[in-house]
Amino acid sequence: MPEISHYQVKTLTIDGKEVCASEHQTILEVARENNIDIPTLCYFNGLNGVGACRLCLVEVKGNNKLLPACVTQAQEGMEVTAHSPQLHEYRKLIIELLLTERSHVCAVCVSSGHCELQSLAQKLGVNHVTLPYLHEQCKADGSHRHFVADHNRCVLCTRCMRVCDEIEGAHTWDITGRGIRSRMITDMGEPWGDSETCTNCGKCVSVCPVGALVEKGKAVAEMTKPNFLPYLIQMRGKGQ
Amino acid sequence: MTLDELQEIAESEREAQKKITHRINVSVAAGCLSLHSDVVFNILHEEVKKRGMEESCKVKAVGCMGLCAAGPLVRSEPQHTYYRGLPPDSPEVLSAIVDSINGRPVPEFALSPEIPFFAAQKRIVLENCGEIDPERIEDYIGVGGYQSLLTCIAKRSREDVVQEIIKSGLRGRGGGGYPTGLKWSMVAKAAGEQKYVICNADEGDPGAFMDRSVLESDPHRVLEGMAIAAYAVAATKGYIYCRAEYPLAVKRLKVAIRQAEKLGLLGKRIGESDFSFEVEVRIGAGAFVCGEETALIASVEGERGVPRPRPPFPAYSGLNHCPTLLNNVETFANIVPIVRNGAEWFASIGTDKSKGTKVFALVGDVVNTGLIEVPMGMKLRDLVYSLGGGIPDNKKFKAVQTGGPSGGCIPEQFLDMGVDYESLMSAGSIMGSGGMIVMDETACMVDVAKFFMDFTRDESCGKCIPCRVGTTQLHGMLERISEGKGRMEDLDTLERLGNMVKRTALCGLGQTAPNPVSSTVRYFRDEYVQHITNKTCAQGKCPCSKAPSTAAGK
Amino acid sequence: MDKARIATLWLDGCSGCHMSLLDIDERLLDIASAIELVFSPLVDNKEFPENVDLTLVEGALANEEDIEKIKMVRARTKLLVALGDCAVTGNVPAMRNNFVLADVLHRGYVDNATANCGPPVHEVPQLEPKVIPLHELVAVDLFVPGCPPSADLIFFVLSEVLAGRIPDLSTRSHFGN
Ligand SMILES: Cc1cc2nc3c(=O)[nH]c(=O)nc-3n(C[C@H](O)[C@H](O)[C@H](O)COP(=O)(O)O)c2cc1C
Ligand code: SF4
Ligand code: SF4
Ligand code: SF4
Ligand code: FES
Repeated sequence: MPEISHYQVKTLTIDGKEVCASEHQTILEVARENNIDIPTLCYFNGLNGVGACRLCLVEVKGNNKLLPACVTQAQEGMEVTAHSPQLHEYRKLIIELLLTERSHVCAVCVSSGHCELQSLAQKLGVNHVTLPYLHEQCKADGSHRHFVADHNRCVLCTRCMRVCDEIEGAHTWDITGRGIRSRMITDMGEPWGDSETCTNCGKCVSVCPVGALVEKGKAVAEMTKPNFLPYLIQMRGKGQ
Repeated sequence: MTLDELQEIAESEREAQKKITHRINVSVAAGCLSLHSDVVFNILHEEVKKRGMEESCKVKAVGCMGLCAAGPLVRSEPQHTYYRGLPPDSPEVLSAIVDSINGRPVPEFALSPEIPFFAAQKRIVLENCGEIDPERIEDYIGVGGYQSLLTCIAKRSREDVVQEIIKSGLRGRGGGGYPTGLKWSMVAKAAGEQKYVICNADEGDPGAFMDRSVLESDPHRVLEGMAIAAYAVAATKGYIYCRAEYPLAVKRLKVAIRQAEKLGLLGKRIGESDFSFEVEVRIGAGAFVCGEETALIASVEGERGVPRPRPPFPAYSGLNHCPTLLNNVETFANIVPIVRNGAEWFASIGTDKSKGTKVFALVGDVVNTGLIEVPMGMKLRDLVYSLGGGIPDNKKFKAVQTGGPSGGCIPEQFLDMGVDYESLMSAGSIMGSGGMIVMDETACMVDVAKFFMDFTRDESCGKCIPCRVGTTQLHGMLERISEGKGRMEDLDTLERLGNMVKRTALCGLGQTAPNPVSSTVRYFRDEYVQHITNKTCAQGKCPCSKAPSTAAGK
Repeated sequence: MDKARIATLWLDGCSGCHMSLLDIDERLLDIASAIELVFSPLVDNKEFPENVDLTLVEGALANEEDIEKIKMVRARTKLLVALGDCAVTGNVPAMRNNFVLADVLHRGYVDNATANCGPPVHEVPQLEPKVIPLHELVAVDLFVPGCPPSADLIFFVLSEVLAGRIPDLSTRSHFGN
C-alpha cells in the first residue's frame, strides 16, 4: 500500500480542462473521473489493458504518435486532446471496420439494446458504413450447457480471454489464427461444452461487449449484462 | 583467455595461413549451396589432393560473396579472380580451375574483381564474408576477432564504449533507424538487476537476406558485437531470435557459440574478468510480426507473438519486464569495426545523418542481383546501373521498391537521389532492412501494391482493428481495381483509410502497411485511373486485362 | 405552393419499415396535406414517375429486379433515403451472404420443401450471389437505420425534409430495434 506521503499528484490538461492524476493512473481513468468521455471497447475496468481496439487514442502535445488512453499513464504537464475532428473521424472508421468485418445483424441479436458496438456506433454517428461488407465467416458454438458463443458477432476485444485468465484463473479462452482469420477458441479449439477447464462461471459472458457470448434461452434484445465491475475490482484487489 | 593469449592464437593462425600460397574460396552460403556449391567444394578439394598440393593450396568453405545471380561462386587467390556459375556436374571444368591457379584464369567462367559490382562496394559489415570459414573460430580470431571485446573489457569503461557508439552516429539497421548509441545509453541507465541483449534475426521482409548472409558467413562478428553491447549496458544474458527458415544460420550460430564458450570468449568470466554473458538461440516460427520488437520479446517469453503498446519501451521494460537492448543483426555487425577503428572513422563514411554503410539485397529486374554493401548516400542510379549492371534486355527503368512491405515505390525522377534514411523517407519510402527491388517498364504498379498489401494483410497479427480489418479492406479495394471493378472514389478511400491505418495501428506493421499503396497512388496515379476507367491493365499483369468481359457481368 | 412529390419503394425487406411509416398515425394527416404520394406499395401506381423529390427505400438489393429498379429510381429522385437496416446494411437478407447461393436455394427449395421441389426459375427475378445495401450500388443521400426505424424517427425525417432541411440523424438513429 502506498503511503500518503508518497502519493504524488500530477496535474495535466485534457481537452483544455485542468485535471489531477494520482500515481499510476491512466489518462482514461483521469478522464472518466472528470466526466470526460473517451470511447473504449477493449478496455474493461479491472482487467489488464491491451490497447488493442484503438478507439481511445488521444493526442498528446509534443508526441507525434497517438496514444491509447487506456494504457498510457498520466504524466505531469501533459496536454491531452481527447476530442478533435480528426480523432472523431478515426473512431468512426474503427467502428465502421468492425461493422464490416463479420455479421452484426442487430435486428436478430439477443444483445441488441445492450450492446457496446451498437451504442458506440450511435454515439459516434455511424449510421452506415462506407466500406464493403466482408462477411468473414465464423462458427457458432452452442455446445455449452448455459452459454452460446456466436463468433459472427465477436469483435476480438479479448475481454473474455482476460477475465477467464486473470480473474477466474481458468484460461479457457484463447486466440487462434492471425489477422482477419483470428478466432477466439475454447481450450485447444474443442467445443466449449467439452472444455475441461471451464468452470461455468459466466464471467466471460458478462464482460462480452457484444452479442458473441450470451446466455442460452434469451430472445432478441433480452440479453442484459449484469454489472460485474464491483466484483471484478474486488477480486483484483485480493489478487494483488 | 586473456587478451595476450588471444593475440597468440591469432598470431599462430596467421603463421599457419602464410604457408598457404594459394586459396580457392568456395561460397557455401545458402544461395550457392542451393546450386550445389558443396559438391563443387568437394571436387575442388579432391582435385587439389590428387595433385598433392594440400600444403600450399587450400580449398576453403566460406560465406556469401554477394553476386547471388551467378552462383556457385568461387574466388581464386592470389590470382584474384572470381568464378561464376561453376557446374557442379563437370569435374573437367573444376579440374581446369585447379590447373590454372598459377596461370591464366579459365575464361568462360572468370569474372574480374574490377567490375563495379565488386569494386564500388565498401565492405565493413561484410568484410569477412567470403573470406573466412564461418565454422572455424580460429579463422575469425586470425583476422583480429574478439580483440575488440577483450580490449573493451580489459581497458575501457562501460560508459566509454557507449560514448564511442553514440559518437559514431550508427543507426539501427532493422528498419527504424533509431540511433544505436542512444538506445544503448538508455538501457545502460535503466534501473534493474537483470538486463538482456537481444539480437533480432527474424528478417521477415520478403526477398531480404542481408542478415542471413551475415549470420551464415560471419557469425562470430555478430556474437562479438552482442557481447560488447552486453558489456556496455551491463547485461548478462543474450538471445538471438532467428527464424526457423534459416537452419544454416542457426546451426552456424550454435557452433560459433560453443566454440566461443570453450575459449572463454562468451559465457562465464569472459577474458578472465568479472563480466559474464551467455547467449542462447531462440527460433521463431516465421510470423512476420515477430520481428517487431515487443512481439519478439513476447515470443521469447513463450507468449503468443503479438505486439504490446509502447511505452513502456523495451529499453526500460522488455524481456521479463527487465531493461532489454534489442538490435538488428547488421547493427551488431557494425560494432566491432567501430570499436576497432574508432567513431571518427565510422562517422567519416556516409552522409550527414546516416553514417557508415548499408547492406542491400538488390533484386528484381537488374542484371546483377545479389548482396551489396555501399556507403550511405550512394546514388540510386549507381546502385541500379553501375553495381546492378542495369536493366536486362535494354528495358526501361520504372521504379525501385525499398523497405519491403513497409516501404514504397520510388519513381525515375529520384534516380539521382543519394540513398539514406532521410532521403528515402522524403521520397515516400523507407530504408527498412535493405531490400531493394528494381522494376522495369513492364511492372504494373497496382499489381505491385496489391502484392505487398496481400502480404501485410496475411501477416497482420489481428490484435488491433485498424490493421486487422483495414489491411483487408485496402487489399480488397486493390483487388477490385485490378479486376476492372474499381471506381474513382476508391482512390480517395484508399488514401483516407490508408492514412487512418497508419495513424491508429498499434505497431509498425500496421503503421507502415499502407505505404506501398500510398506511394504508388502518389507517383503512378495514372495507372490506377487507367485500371478504373479503361478496365484494363496496360502491362497485362492484372486480371482485368485477361478477361475484359467480367466488368459487364458484375 | 407545389406539394412535395414523394415515393416509397419496397425491395428486399419485410415491409416492417412501411408499417413503421404507417405507425406515424394521426401525424400522417399533417404530412399528407403537404405531399403528393406519387408511387408506393401503398398506392396504386404502376409506373415510377419522373421528378420525384424524395424516395424512401425499404429493403436491400437481392435480385436483378431490385438492381434495375434502384437504378431507375435513383435517376428519377432528388433525395434518395435508405430507410431501415436492410436498405442501410443489408441486414437479415444479407445473412445469406455467408453461404453460396446455390446452397441457400437448395436448403430452401429442396431440403426443406414438402412439395414442388426445386428453386423457382420462371417468372421470378433471379437472385444475385450477394445481397448488398443500396449505397454499394447507387448514391444514397440519407441513411435512416433501425429495424425498423421508429415512427418518430421517420416523422422527424419527413418533417425536416418538408421544412427544407436535411435532417441530422447522426446520433438519433441506431442499428436494430
Ligand atoms: C512488423 C515489423 C517487423 C520487423 N521485422 C524486423 C526484422 O525482421 N528484423 C529486424 O531487425 N527488425 C525488425 N523490425 C524492427 C524491430 O522492431 C526493431 O526496431 C529493430 O529490430 C531494432 O533494432 P535496430 O535499432 O538495430 O534497428 C520489425 C518491425 C516491425 C514493425
Ligand atoms: S464461463 Fe468462466 S471459466 Fe468458462 S470460459 Fe467463461 S470465464 Fe472462463
Ligand atoms: S467473444 Fe466477446 S468478449 Fe470475447 S473477444 Fe469476442 S467480443 Fe470480446
Ligand atoms: S498493427 Fe497489425 S500487426 Fe501490429 S498489433 Fe495491430 S494487428 Fe497486430
Ligand atoms: S480501449 Fe484503449 S485501445 Fe481499446
